[in-house]
Amino acid sequence: MIADLLFFMFASVLLLGAVGVVSAKNPMFSVLFLVLCFFNAAGLFILIGAEFLGLLLMMVYVGAIAVMFLFVLMTVDMSVDVKERKSPMFTFASLAIGAVLLVELIFALMGGVASTGRIAATIPLVDDVENIMQLGQVLFTNYMYPFITVSMVLLVGMVGAIVLTHRRREHVLRQDIGEQISRTREESIALVSPTLGKGIS
Amino acid sequence: MENITLNHYLTLAAILFIVGVIGIFMNRKNIITILMCIELILLSVNINFVAFSAFMHDLNGQIFTFFILTVAAAEVSIGLAILTIFYRNRHSGAVEDSNVMKG
Repeated sequence: MIADLLFFMFASVLLLGAVGVVSAKNPMFSVLFLVLCFFNAAGLFILIGAEFLGLLLMMVYVGAIAVMFLFVLMTVDMSVDVKERKSPMFTFASLAIGAVLLVELIFALMGGVASTGRIAATIPLVDDVENIMQLGQVLFTNYMYPFITVSMVLLVGMVGAIVLTHRRREHVLRQDIGEQISRTREESIALVSPTLGKGIS
Repeated sequence: MENITLNHYLTLAAILFIVGVIGIFMNRKNIITILMCIELILLSVNINFVAFSAFMHDLNGQIFTFFILTVAAAEVSIGLAILTIFYRNRHSGAVEDSNVMKG
């Protein structure tokens, strides 16, 4: 009973947050609504028994992705065209596309696609072992190669973001190890004997 | 969790998916909001995966949610990096102007 109530609470706040993300005028509010969405989705995950994924959702999305969105929003001025951004034709077209998709999904759900137990479970979920333990045992054995591949995806994402945003500025003194080591005494030191009262020009 | 069935979760994910798609069409000039709507769509897919995983007693769904989460993180970082250099070159965030690939 309490679980049902929790489900409906999380689900309704999640949907309200999603509508807020879509309809907020200020992108900053959109990000905050997105954080609300992810917290509620994490609640749903924990409710259904996927604790590790719920906590991961909170850490990765709220801790990393939402903060990244906020950083970019604060550095980039996105206040371009608040007035002309909502043309009624596009609003109508988007709502029409949404309605078509909704009808399709309702038909798909009513058609009995979502009946459980038709396919045999390949990796059965055991009830008396913790979620994170099962996940780890499967992830590091059966899914070892996808795990390594996905770590490569993360590496490529990191390197790509750095390469894209990196710029080499002019007139900035940098270290050049080879240049610095290969200096000789002749090109770096000059012995001068200044005359009295003149100084070195 | 007696009365909550798989269909509840699937309906929730479907509505979330549709809200995300509508958001992409409605906010098509603001690329940050588009990225956030993509996040919503990925979240709905994740909810589907986790719901199926829990109701069918199969761990594969949670594993795939894990992978989707990783790919979404990489995708957002690349998207925001592209947005940053776009702003640096154009001094505006109007993605409507980005129809010519001349840098």
